[in-house]
Amino acid sequence: MNRYPLWKYILVIIALLIGFLYTLPNFYGESPAVQVSSAKATIKIDEQTQGRVEEILKNANIEHTGIALDATGVKVRFASEDTQIKAKDLLSRAFNPQADPSDHQYIVALNLLSASPRWLTRLHALPMYLGLDLRGGVHFLLQVDMKGAITKRLDATAADVRALMRDKGIRHTGIAREGDRIVIRFRDEETRTKARYAIADVQPDFIMLEQGVAPDLRLVASFKPESMKRIQDYAITQNITTLHNRINELGVAEPVIQRQGAERIVVQLPGVQDTGRAKDLLGRTATLEIRMVDETPGALEAAVAGQVPYGSELFVENGSHPILIRKQVVLTGERLIDAQPGFDQYQMPAVNLTLDSAGARIFKDVSRDNINKRMAILLFEKGRGEVVTAPVIRAEIGGGRVQISGGRMSSREANDVALLLRAGSLAAPMEIIEERTIGPSLGLDNINKGKHSTFWGFVSIALFMCIYYMLFGLISVIALSSNLLLLVALLSLLQATLTLPGIAAIALTLGMAIDANVLINERIREELRHGTTPQAAIIAGYERAFGTILDSNVTTMIAGIALLIFGSGPIRGFAVVHCLGILTSLFSAVVISRSIVNLVYGGRRKLQSLSIGQIWRPDTPVVSVITPNRTASTS
Amino acid sequence: MEFFRFRKDIPFMRHALIFNVISLITFLLAIFFIVTRGLHLSIEFTGGTLVEVAYKEAADLEKIRSALSKAGYTDYTVQNFGTSRDVLIRLPLAAEAKETAEKGEQAQAGAGSAQSAENRIGEAVKHALEAETSGIVGSRVEFVGPQVGKELAENGALALLFVIIGIVIYLAFRFEWRFAVSAIIANMHDVIIIIGFFAFFQWEFSLSVLAAVLAVLGYSVNESVVVFDRVRETFRKVRGLNTPQVLDHAITSTISRTIITHGSTQMMVLSMLLFGGATLHYFALALTIGICFGIYSSVLVAAPLVMWLGVSREQFVKPKKEVTSNDGAVV
Repeated sequence: MNRYPLWKYILVIIALLIGFLYTLPNFYGESPAVQVSSAKATIKIDEQTQGRVEEILKNANIEHTGIALDATGVKVRFASEDTQIKAKDLLSRAFNPQADPSDHQYIVALNLLSASPRWLTRLHALPMYLGLDLRGGVHFLLQVDMKGAITKRLDATAADVRALMRDKGIRHTGIAREGDRIVIRFRDEETRTKARYAIADVQPDFIMLEQGVAPDLRLVASFKPESMKRIQDYAITQNITTLHNRINELGVAEPVIQRQGAERIVVQLPGVQDTGRAKDLLGRTATLEIRMVDETPGALEAAVAGQVPYGSELFVENGSHPILIRKQVVLTGERLIDAQPGFDQYQMPAVNLTLDSAGARIFKDVSRDNINKRMAILLFEKGRGEVVTAPVIRAEIGGGRVQISGGRMSSREANDVALLLRAGSLAAPMEIIEERTIGPSLGLDNINKGKHSTFWGFVSIALFMCIYYMLFGLISVIALSSNLLLLVALLSLLQATLTLPGIAAIALTLGMAIDANVLINERIREELRHGTTPQAAIIAGYERAFGTILDSNVTTMIAGIALLIFGSGPIRGFAVVHCLGILTSLFSAVVISRSIVNLVYGGRRKLQSLSIGQIWRPDTPVVSVITPNRTASTS
Repeated sequence: MEFFRFRKDIPFMRHALIFNVISLITFLLAIFFIVTRGLHLSIEFTGGTLVEVAYKEAADLEKIRSALSKAGYTDYTVQNFGTSRDVLIRLPLAAEAKETAEKGEQAQAGAGSAQSAENRIGEAVKHALEAETSGIVGSRVEFVGPQVGKELAENGALALLFVIIGIVIYLAFRFEWRFAVSAIIANMHDVIIIIGFFAFFQWEFSLSVLAAVLAVLGYSVNESVVVFDRVRETFRKVRGLNTPQVLDHAITSTISRTIITHGSTQMMVLSMLLFGGATLHYFALALTIGICFGIYSSVLVAAPLVMWLGVSREQFVKPKKEVTSNDGAVV
């Protein structure tokens, strides 16, 4: 008999209920909202902030439709977009009175929030996460220059080694970076061995090789492969952090900044239309270096005349004054923790730098040895260096707190320098290698196109199935709709990014999923044609078709998985939906449709016929009405 | 309603040679066009800048061209897509950026400035258009650097290889190596034909077309699987049929399902073609070709191939053990 045990019916009902619950948020749409979140690690968003937002809105007579506090910040919903923009301006003025966006302590951004009731949100039932091509925004793929990161690290380490040799009183005849190695030269064997142990003690990252014969003995140090990897990982993480800080200045509600592969970073800014500004902030691949100024008498004049001394470089300060700077790097931006504009003891504008402990130690040594000499802070952008400032060292500076002040610096300059220095803490330069900008109207257009194609395709399949297979067709259509329901629920639950190719995959999955039901229905018809009783035909139809359905779905799944592994960007969006769709269609085409069939026919003992459309039997005389679609009826 | 009424099995195998010659000719033609005409690859593969602009009213392409020339661009293409209001502008990568990238010197001073100039093209074009023409309502800018394109092509090829190997292994495991080989030959031939169409008409071959091609590969293998499934069943159940008759029977009894399934999928794809707009246009087109040729190849090409590879009843029916007591008597 075609009856399911009760638990199977319950399973189907529970699956459908959960499916319905998690699909539900997609119908509520989104309401305009303003989000207030923290721009600095020191600023906490709590009930107090929420209260402040409420008060500001109340004082200005702006009505909101709901306010909530979550991990990302305070979110306020509004009835219309007009009030949303009004409220955003008001809140941003109240929370960030400073004119300079880099000083802002809060991010006040426009956002769209799901308009579904709160109990749904509490169940983590959220609408599908729309990709940039559907909601509009900017997408960047950035490539981190790993070679640059390693070189920079080697330069910094060479400086450390130099300091170490001096501290330990080991005499060497030169330390230089040659390609991706550091070469240290010695006169005798004994010193070299001593140096080797000294370096090995403090620099476990190095592989050291001894080369050359006396008097030109060399110690060649290069990074171990695992240290290399660590440096690269660090460079990526550091760059991501820096990007976060920069993007905060843009005021984007839900930026996505993710690592992709070994040396790439994806940045997605939903809703951002001003690509110019976004690109300016991202593309500012500045790196910071502190070096000493070469003040050898006569060297500057020679350099200007074209004779640049070995080990120095000629730069231009403030656009006109030439300045000769040593190539040897004292400190890099990695050692810089913070830079803030402020005032010195004479109430003149200054920039306050905070260095990490290693940086502080190096800076203390260097400043002690170079009192009354000039050091230079250089900013490298796109391989070109620029002298930010070249102050004179007045005294030994310990504790890692460095103040840069100069008589000529205005308060605005102090501000700019601080901002540049902070932004300069990228561990390695980056390039934009892929960019996509999608206008919001185009995004909406894409959603509609996707919806329409799925809808009309579905309707035509449903009509055909109902006409061709009658009740069994209707059951197939119900199974197909539950497939759609489960697929959308799964996508919402997993919060997988839905893109236009993803919608295409939904449509295609539905078009392919009907295959399983066609297989089953054809098989039942065939059994009936051979004279099997209706109940037995149902059993045989489902059982025999299942093997075929499984095989064909596995082959489709193989293609889906290949796309998932090797695809990127839009392809991956397609692949995720495609794979999930195959799983849901297996369940719905086999289990759900069977349970409906069992419910309808299972209980009847004396079943005479099934409503599965006309069954034509070759041995019965040909029907008088000749169907036009008759294709092949030979003999 | 029932469309298909077969009193007897249709003798497909009698015409097997003809089917295969037809398909060989299409296959060779497709390869010929791929070789001679080449593919019109999208900027996702080649690198470059793409600007899509939507106007309120029908756009004047000449005006856009003159605006671009005035802004100093030379190697651009401007064309309508979808409707007369939507305009697509393509700009190739600047030669110098390409060269430096090929040498592998990324982010060095020279390439850096060339690339950053490259990065700005999209916006510059938009500004140039806004200055010359009015009524722009929406836009999309896409920039792809030279590094990305090469990787995509490699990954695409890898994905194809993965699908082929995966399917062969699965089918060999579930059925027989003969089925696996003929299914994959038949379906690779679909893939080549789709690509051949794209080469012949110079349609744009983009990432989503690649996705469609792979989806078709998985999908039309389904077709062969359904037929093979029936072949196996017939071999096991019905005695006294020779191999061509078994294949004829299997194809005839699954042909109604094949056509109805493909028809349903095609309805969905057609709806995508009609309502999906420009982004899904070529995706749906690739699927349409794939579905049409999929029926043909997986049924009429794969089955004869299986036959010629020498499929037979013994491969599916486990040989019964002879009764040992009789052994001595027969000498």
